[in-house]
Amino acid sequence: MADDQAAPSRGAARGPQDFETRLERSAGEVASFEERDRSPLARFHHFLHANPTAAPVVVLVVSCLVFGAVANNFFSAFNLSLIIQQVTVIGILGAAQTLVILTAGIDLSVAAIMVLSYMVMARLAVQGDVPAVLAVLAGLAVGLACGLFNGSLVTRTRLVPVAVAVLAWVLLLGLGLPLIYVVPLGMVAGLTVGWLAFGPALELRLPPFIVTLGAWSIFFALNLWYSESETIRSQDIDATAPLLKVFGLRVELLGAQFTLGSFLMLGIFLVLWYALNWTGWGRAVYAVGDDKEAAELSGIRTDRVLLSVYGTAGLLCALGGWAAIGRVGSASPQSFYEGNLDAITAVVIGGTSLFGGRGAIFGTLFGALIVGVFRSGLKLGGVDVLWQTFAVGLLIIVAVAMDQWIRRVSA
Amino acid sequence: MSLKPVMTGRGLTKRYGRVTAMDGADFEIFPGEILAIIGDNGAGKSTLVKALCGAIHVDEGEIRLDGQPVAFKSPMEARDAGIETVYQNLALSPALSIADNMFLGRELYKAGIAGSVFRMLDKRKMRDFARQKLTELGLMTVQSITQTVETLSGGQRQGVAVARAAAFATRFVIMDEPTAALGVKESRRVLELILDVKRRGMPIVLISHNMPHVFEVADRIHIHRLSRRHAVIRPQDFSMSDAVAIMTGAMAPPAEIALPAGAVLD
Repeated sequence: MADDQAAPSRGAARGPQDFETRLERSAGEVASFEERDRSPLARFHHFLHANPTAAPVVVLVVSCLVFGAVANNFFSAFNLSLIIQQVTVIGILGAAQTLVILTAGIDLSVAAIMVLSYMVMARLAVQGDVPAVLAVLAGLAVGLACGLFNGSLVTRTRLVPVAVAVLAWVLLLGLGLPLIYVVPLGMVAGLTVGWLAFGPALELRLPPFIVTLGAWSIFFALNLWYSESETIRSQDIDATAPLLKVFGLRVELLGAQFTLGSFLMLGIFLVLWYALNWTGWGRAVYAVGDDKEAAELSGIRTDRVLLSVYGTAGLLCALGGWAAIGRVGSASPQSFYEGNLDAITAVVIGGTSLFGGRGAIFGTLFGALIVGVFRSGLKLGGVDVLWQTFAVGLLIIVAVAMDQWIRRVSA
Repeated sequence: MSLKPVMTGRGLTKRYGRVTAMDGADFEIFPGEILAIIGDNGAGKSTLVKALCGAIHVDEGEIRLDGQPVAFKSPMEARDAGIETVYQNLALSPALSIADNMFLGRELYKAGIAGSVFRMLDKRKMRDFARQKLTELGLMTVQSITQTVETLSGGQRQGVAVARAAAFATRFVIMDEPTAALGVKESRRVLELILDVKRRGMPIVLISHNMPHVFEVADRIHIHRLSRRHAVIRPQDFSMSDAVAIMTGAMAPPAEIALPAGAVLD
């Protein structure tokens, strides 16, 4: 069919092209892995790249040794258990934050969710005559609802659940039901409807930073509205609902006192470690944070993963709120104002990349402990509080610089 | 002995508002062949391929898989039907290991309660499977299956993506510009890999702009022009310049659609 002039090129069409035949003589290591002689620095770099928790562990050990040498009662059982108690709440918030940051997002509303959740628990149990177990469940549901609200806005933005919650508020208030029941009931109604996932979706996929910045204000305002800016006193909780303070109970272990809250925190980290490292969901969380489009093409339902991550984060915040009542004793709507930033600090110092897809959950625990150790050590060393804050700021910047360096792959 | 097509498309049409991206396009792929799809930019190659792999729905026309009409709602459904796609951007997750990437979105779970209740991954099984597949395709010069993909060269990444597709495909594999981002040496390696996959009996749809590569590996060349199939030729019968001439409209297409030996349509 073809004309004859084309004939010479036909033979050349099959098999390697002329210019490619020379390749046989060239080195073939492109497709193989040559183990190059590496400088110690490059080896160290590679080690840190492969083990994201290595750096925070080293920093934690070194800082413990330094403060142990400088401040003589640093290593006392009392001081060490105090540090762990102090990091419990921030550790749990940090765990929630780590999940979100692994998906290349950020949740600025973690502390606001936590405070709203524990105010619901405390008010319902103490002032609403609700059984403590139910009050706790209501608080957890509120946390979950807040988390899913964030998750919805960063994915498909379904309006029906929010509309249902607001409608329920208006209706129930109109019926004369007291505010303390109305707010959680409305949110549970929204949560239930949201579960059905129907109604139009806006497909906005808003950036997490802005969404959760807005949510922070919204949840904080809800919290002030709900709590009427009133603190639930410690003795009232003791009298009516001691269950709320269960995580403040202490157990003696190896001469040191640990609160049940510390064990809750450890349990949360262990469960998340398992979920992130040993389940398909965990692979999906890393894949979504690493390259969302690639994850989508690989068949991961990224919206569903994101929604589950924000929802879990909200639930963890509520659990953190329960632990916070035990830690603080009372339930104040004004507490933990810096909780958001402290949680992000723990995540960043723990070596999780703010760009997503990289990091390990236990890094955040070490990150929270590093902050605790620095604060405690500097205090015992008689250093002014302002220098403690200064040191934490420095730690953050060093940690982010380390992350940037580690992310540079030396192939 | 008659050879029946694995997949056929008849009169496929796709409109985006007033723009007709595909206008009554036909398509077929037969068992054991490499079908290259070439066409100028904007000829509608990608639209056709997206329709085949379930990324878009056609407005008109019919797609049949092994003779049965199918209408994929998503790439996942096409994948479940045994059609794997190697995307131009590879769809790999750089920070995850080679084994993790091969099983991304279709992980294997342990047997018993560990798998059903605790959703525990069977990492060993996945690693063994990944290692076996890469070894089969001669790609196990890679040091470790647990190595992250970001430490691999472009050609190696392409290799992992092709191995993933070849390992899970049961009908055919679609490859979108597999050599576009690679150097001369790596392209050579990937072409050999494509031929290797074909030798294993897996049909391949190859989309490429690279004429020498197309003419080297393809059994038939589907030329797309002006939103439809313009011609199907055998690389032995035409020169590259002819193919380009047909593709750009400078030369009249042959009247007959080239088919593999012994092939029958419908």
